[in-house]
Parts: sequence; structure tokens; C-alpha cells
Amino acid sequence: MPKLNINGHMVNVEAEADTPLLWVIRDELGMTGTKFGCGMAQCGACTVWLNGQPVRSCVTPIAAVGAGKVTTIEGVDKDQKAGAAARAVQAAWEKHDVVQCGYCQSGQIMSASALLAKNAKPSDADIDAAMSGNICRCATYHRIRAAIHDASAILAGKSPAKLEA
Amino acid sequence: MSDAIEISRRSFLQAGTAGSLLIGFHLAPNGRAYAANAVKPLEPNAFVRIGADSTVTVLSKHVEMGQGTYTGLATLLAEELDADWKQIRVEGTPADAKKYNNLFWGPVQGTGGSSSIANSFMQMREAGATARALLVAAAAKDWNVTPDKISISNGIISEIGGKRQAKFGDLVATAATLPVTKPEKLKDPKDFKLIGKRTPRKDSRDKITGRAQFTQDVRLPGLLTAVVAHPPRFGAKVRSVDASAARQVKGVMDVVQIPSGVAVLASGYWAAKKGRDALKIDWDETDAVSAGTPELLAEYTALLDQDGAVAGKRGDAPAALKGAAKVVTAEYHFPYLAHAAMEPMNCVVHFKGDSAEVWNGEQFHTIDQATVAGILGMAPEKVLIHSLYAGGSFGRRANPAADYVKDAVFIAKAINGRAPVKMVWSREDDMRAGYFRPMYLHRITAGLDDKGKLVAWQQRIVGQSILTGTPFESMMVKNGVDNTSVEGASNLAYAVPNLLVDLHSPKVGIPVLWWRSVGHTHTAYSTETMVDEMAVLAGADPVQFRLAMMDEHPRHRGVLQLAAEKSGWGKPLGKGRGRGVAVHESFNTFVAQVVEVTVAADGSIKVDRVVCAVDCGLAVNPDVIRAQMEGGIGFALGAMLHGEITLKQGAVEQSNFHDYQVLRINEMPKVEVHIVSSAAAPSGVGEPGVPPLAPAVANAIAAATGKRVRKLPVKLA
Repeated sequence: MPKLNINGHMVNVEAEADTPLLWVIRDELGMTGTKFGCGMAQCGACTVWLNGQPVRSCVTPIAAVGAGKVTTIEGVDKDQKAGAAARAVQAAWEKHDVVQCGYCQSGQIMSASALLAKNAKPSDADIDAAMSGNICRCATYHRIRAAIHDASAILAGKSPAKLEA
Repeated sequence: MSDAIEISRRSFLQAGTAGSLLIGFHLAPNGRAYAANAVKPLEPNAFVRIGADSTVTVLSKHVEMGQGTYTGLATLLAEELDADWKQIRVEGTPADAKKYNNLFWGPVQGTGGSSSIANSFMQMREAGATARALLVAAAAKDWNVTPDKISISNGIISEIGGKRQAKFGDLVATAATLPVTKPEKLKDPKDFKLIGKRTPRKDSRDKITGRAQFTQDVRLPGLLTAVVAHPPRFGAKVRSVDASAARQVKGVMDVVQIPSGVAVLASGYWAAKKGRDALKIDWDETDAVSAGTPELLAEYTALLDQDGAVAGKRGDAPAALKGAAKVVTAEYHFPYLAHAAMEPMNCVVHFKGDSAEVWNGEQFHTIDQATVAGILGMAPEKVLIHSLYAGGSFGRRANPAADYVKDAVFIAKAINGRAPVKMVWSREDDMRAGYFRPMYLHRITAGLDDKGKLVAWQQRIVGQSILTGTPFESMMVKNGVDNTSVEGASNLAYAVPNLLVDLHSPKVGIPVLWWRSVGHTHTAYSTETMVDEMAVLAGADPVQFRLAMMDEHPRHRGVLQLAAEKSGWGKPLGKGRGRGVAVHESFNTFVAQVVEVTVAADGSIKVDRVVCAVDCGLAVNPDVIRAQMEGGIGFALGAMLHGEITLKQGAVEQSNFHDYQVLRINEMPKVEVHIVSSAAAPSGVGEPGVPPLAPAVANAIAAATGKRVRKLPVKLA
């Protein structure tokens, strides 16, 4: 029986080796924060981290995950290395009220947090490069961009994590 | 690896999000499971529930699909209740044509036409005021004072001139013993504390932590996932199916035939999909659609030369065109468009013999309820609908034909309710299932007199009717004219003295549906680009040319002037750059946009900046209004740059986001939104940001290059 390391927990799973990580996370482990959008790495709704790198879980068979460390939206804020970036991103997302329908936003946050963990002060071009694999049909892009810049400032202690009440 | 804690799979499931969600759904489908001895929540009316812990639950009859309705409806109720915004939570209601109907639609509960705030404005305020009056009466009774000695502010009830204070929850028990009375009056707008201010979205936190529950996320004991094989061509049927290989796939539990195709049920999506892929189906294509886009285009083009059903008429347009000094004729081509919401269509149904439960991002409560009840042979009230967040819709989840809901119900019926069924479409299924924004052709002939005044306008529109054959037909199709095909053109806002708009609605068998802003998606484009062309032909400034024809339309004028002013209209732009404008009313909301574009030598287009002015009456949630304008602009731009569904011999040629491209972040322009200050009754914002964008971009392209874009999606190279 394969074992997966999900958000710091070793879990035995019953799925076949060719099963995409997405469906193991969602259907077998019941963690539904990671979303199904396209099934072919076109939309980014299923983005999780594998060893800290954003990957599309809908095309990542569990055989390819092996002993790698998987981080999902349910655990990203508690990640030892990159949790601070994720918490800043989530704070900025809430501050800017980025979400609309919200279905893509787990994936957006996983991609944005990975970007900030690697590059604490991204330019617009850096944001385009890191985020253009994540589709938002509500087109919240305008606020995603603003929130990433603000998350960068929050991380640097230059912006409050919350708006004044 | 070393930091991982080894735990059993069972305890992981029980400890994690998974277990709590599963149990939450199992025990409390409505969130209504309470301990027997707890104080029962106060329910003064159908829209609010106040708990002993002072939590105020606002019940939304409208679906939250991104447009901000949960936040908007809660703002209205919380305002009159004088609640603290932090104590408010929102949940969707079940279906109920009497309690929860859309007040603009008669006895139908549903969300659409950007009507949620508009139809609920007084209803939700009155619901809040009723609850407030009850709390005041309860405090007066408990404290033995008259009600005029009680005040409420930010969720705290106080004795005026005294020291006593209480939270809402403290008074729930007393309030429950008192009669509910209609409030004497609602607040004076000058006393609003929440309406018109920034109230943070109620769904933000759950949506950034992955906790928000969409249909896709429903978990129930024994739940099976179903994936359906649909025919490649619209109208084909199953002749025979060989499911032997599918049944061999590990995890596949059953294979059933339903009217729309063949469904494979399995323990999870992956097994169901593998099973579906292993089906061998012989399709009977006797009644299938065989035409492709080129054939339809030829048919529609021929219709452009024949008189259609008259949709709008002023003066004598053909005669005026004969006498015009300058005449321009242009034809416009709009493709079929898919909604392509992020959450592919899905629906959960548990058929229990004499009743049923449905979990759905429910946009058409009573219509879907009646459909489910009809298929299962029970009364509608036996069907309990759990209304969940919808991962986008743009009109797709409000389908009179209830196509995807039917898929799920027929599967649940076919297995005789042995298990709850989650029917899930893949992206490809979703893209190819139809119910597209129809393909349209327009031809406009417009004429100027010798003073450069627009004197004649003749417009013919060809495209499928969305409403024919639906329950809305009797209400919205008159004299052969489906208003959703011509809205925005037949009632052209400009004071053109001679106007004739007519319509052909060919029946071609491709399923069609409304798509964010409906008829305005194409009429705003053809009218606003032609008006722009006439302005240039007249040697007039496009903003002034429009203003001169809108004396009767002050709200159009207001947004146009505001957008022009804020955009720096008239300031020169560099080489290869252009500025364009469009103004359009839809759903009683007025929007003008000024767009700046850069067109590169290779014909590639970059939309740099959009300045948007909106007049939606009283601005209930200014930040939600801004968000809907921003999102509408991005949604419309994606369609203009990329959106096109084509058919080859009755089969859809696109399948996923690689061949049906949508807007990505690198293409998103800078957007500035300006809201007109207004005391008029509030109107909607979910759709009206869409219509002006594409014509404004096209007008900017014309300003930069001299080229008029008449076919979408735009291809300059």
C-alpha cells in the first residue's frame, strides 16, 4: 500500500499507482480544498506543492510523488519553511477581498505563496510568469496582482495584515 | 520526511477536515441539528435566524456564484437589524416558490438577470427591521421599560438613559414568546452604517482556506461518483453499449443507461472516468445535428437578405437611408461561446424512494426542483435542495432544460436510490455539452445627413432564440421576437429618428442559453462600434457625438461623461496606441468604459487600461460593485480575444482550456472603477460590466490602426 506525506502526515492510501494525486487527496483522503478544473494542467485549480514546488496534482500520478512532501491548501499556512509566505498571502487576499466564486482560489494561493517563498519582492513580470498558469474565470486578476504586492509588503513588515476596522 | 508524523489513515481522515465535513453533512444537512436542551434560535421570518450565541444567520434565496450576493443581501438585513457585521453569517435556502421567489419573476425562485439586490432590496431590509423590532420588544419586556427606551447599535442592545445592555442572543428566549409585527418604518438612508460602506465579503475566509463547500466537495456516506458518456453529436442516442471492459475497472460499481448517454458509477472520480473511457458505445445518429459552423454561417448569411420579425421601429428607416448623405453598411459575426465556469457542471442527488435530496450550486431552485420531482414521480416539496456555493456560472447553472441536473437524477433513479450519486462532468464534457451563447450575425446600415447627424439605422439580427421552448417563452417572446436576441438594439438609446431592427431566429438544434449579459453581449458590440464609426465619418468626437443623441438618457450621459473625464479623454497617445469608448445600459444599470490599447506591428493587441463608470442606483456594497466591474471586464476581454466554439458536422471542436482559451493574468489590463453617486433604487452589477468592454476595445483598435473589427474573436494579423 503506497504511503504519502501530506501536510506533514504519513498516510497509507489504497489508490492505484496511476491515480492522479488530486483524486487521492480529494476522494480518498477527503480533503476537498484542492479543486478539479480541467484535468490536463491547463487551469491550475488543483495546484499543490511537491517538495515546496507548485505542481498540478491533476496530472501527477501518485507513483511520481513517492516519498515527496505534499502540501495542500489545508496545510500550507502551517508549513515550516513557507508558512509565513502563505499566511501573508491569505491575509492580503482577505484584505483585498480577492475572491469571487472562489473555486480557483486555493490554486491561486498555492501558486502565489510559492512565488513569495522564493521571491519576496516580485515584479509584475514575475507575477505574470508565476501566475499565468492559474485561470480565474471571474477574472479577479486585478486584485490578485495587488494582493501579491501587498503580501510582499506584509512579509517585509511594511503593510498591516488587516485593514482598519 | 523526518518532520512527518506517522498516523493511521483512519485517524488522519477522522482528525482532518475530511471527517468533520462528512459528519457535518450527515447529521445536519441544513445546519439545523441542535442539542435538545439548547435555546432554540429565533426565526422571526424566512430570512434570518438569531442564535443564543448571538450569531445572526442570513438566509439567501439567491445563489452565491461569485457576484457577491451573500454579502449584499446580508448587508441589507444587517443594516436594519443594527447588527455587528462580524456576527453575520450567510447560508443558502432550500427551494420555496412562496417564501423565496424572485420578486421580479412571479412564483419562481432563481438567480439571474442581475436582479438579486434589486428584487430583494426592500424584502431583506424589512426582514432585518422585523427582527430588530422583536429584539427591542424583548428587551423592553425583560427590563420592564417601554420600547422607546431601547436602542440597538453594532449588535448591542442598550437601555437609553440606563446601564443595562444585552447581546442579541441574551434576548432570543424572551423574543420567541412575543408576536412578530411588521416594522413601522425603515431607516432613513442618511442613517445607514453598512449600506454604501465597505463590508468585507462573507465568503472570503472560507474560500482562501479551502473550506468553502461547492457541489464538487459534497461527501456523504456511501456516495458514488458518476461520469457520463455523452454522444459526440447533439441529438444522437445510444443504440447499444458494451460495458464489459468498463465493469472490469477497479472501483467501478455500476454502468447505467440514461436518456443523455451512459453513466459509469464508481467509488471515486478517477475510477468512474477510467470506466467511462472503457465503454464501447454505438451511437444512433439518425436525429443528430449534422451541420457545422460554416454551413450555419451560410444559412444565416442568406437570412440577412430577408425581412425578419420586427423588433423595434421608429420613423421610416429604409426611406431615410435613401435620402442620407453618407451611408455605411457593416456585418458582424459573433461565435458560439461556452460559459466554462471553473467548476465543471455537477450535481449530487440522493433518491430515497418517496423523497429526494439534491446538493447543487443552485441557481434555478424551483425549476430544478420541479424537474427532479417530475423525473422521480414525487411532489416538488418532497425534493429538498441544499444550495451550495457555485464555482462560477455566468448563466450556465440557470438552465430551463436543467440538463446537468437531469443527468444526476436519471442516474440516481437508474440505481433505484441504492446510494447517493455525485454526477461530475469533466472539463471536456462541460465544454461540449452545449447551452452556448448563440452564434449571431448582424447587419447594420446607418446613415448621416449632410450635417453629420445620424438619421437612419437599420439592423438585422440572425441567431437562435434562447427562450423558445422554455417556460419563459410566453413571458419574453412576443410576435416572434425573443427579446433576449435584440435587447440593447431594438431599444437603441440614441435619438435616431428612423430605426428598424428585425430578427430571424433559425432553429438549428444546437442547445443555447444566456451567457453573462445575454443579448447585450452582441448588441452592445454592433451598436457601439457602428455609432463610433458614424462619429468618425461625421468628423465628430466620439464622446460628444454620443452625448448629442442622449438628451432623453441622463444616466447614460452621466456615466459617459464620468468615464471620459476620469480617463483623460482627448489626451494624445503614442504611436500604435488608441483610445476607445462605449456606453451601454443592461438590467437597468448604466456603464461606460474608456479603453486604451497598444497594437504591435505583428497585430497583437494589448489592452493597457480600462476606466469604467457605473450607475447602479444606490451603491449597496461599493467594493463588490468595483469587483464585478473588474471581473466583467476581464471576462468580456477573454471572450473578445479568444472565445469561440465551432462545430464540425454537429460535433463541438473545442474540448478544454488549451483550445478554448480564456483570459489569463498576463492579459488583464489595469482597471479603474468610478461609481456614480445615486439615490435611485439599486440595480444589479453582475452582468452590466460586460457589454461595453469589447466595443470599447474595438473602437480603440480602430483609433490606433483605422481597422474596424467586425468578427469576434478579434484577429488582426
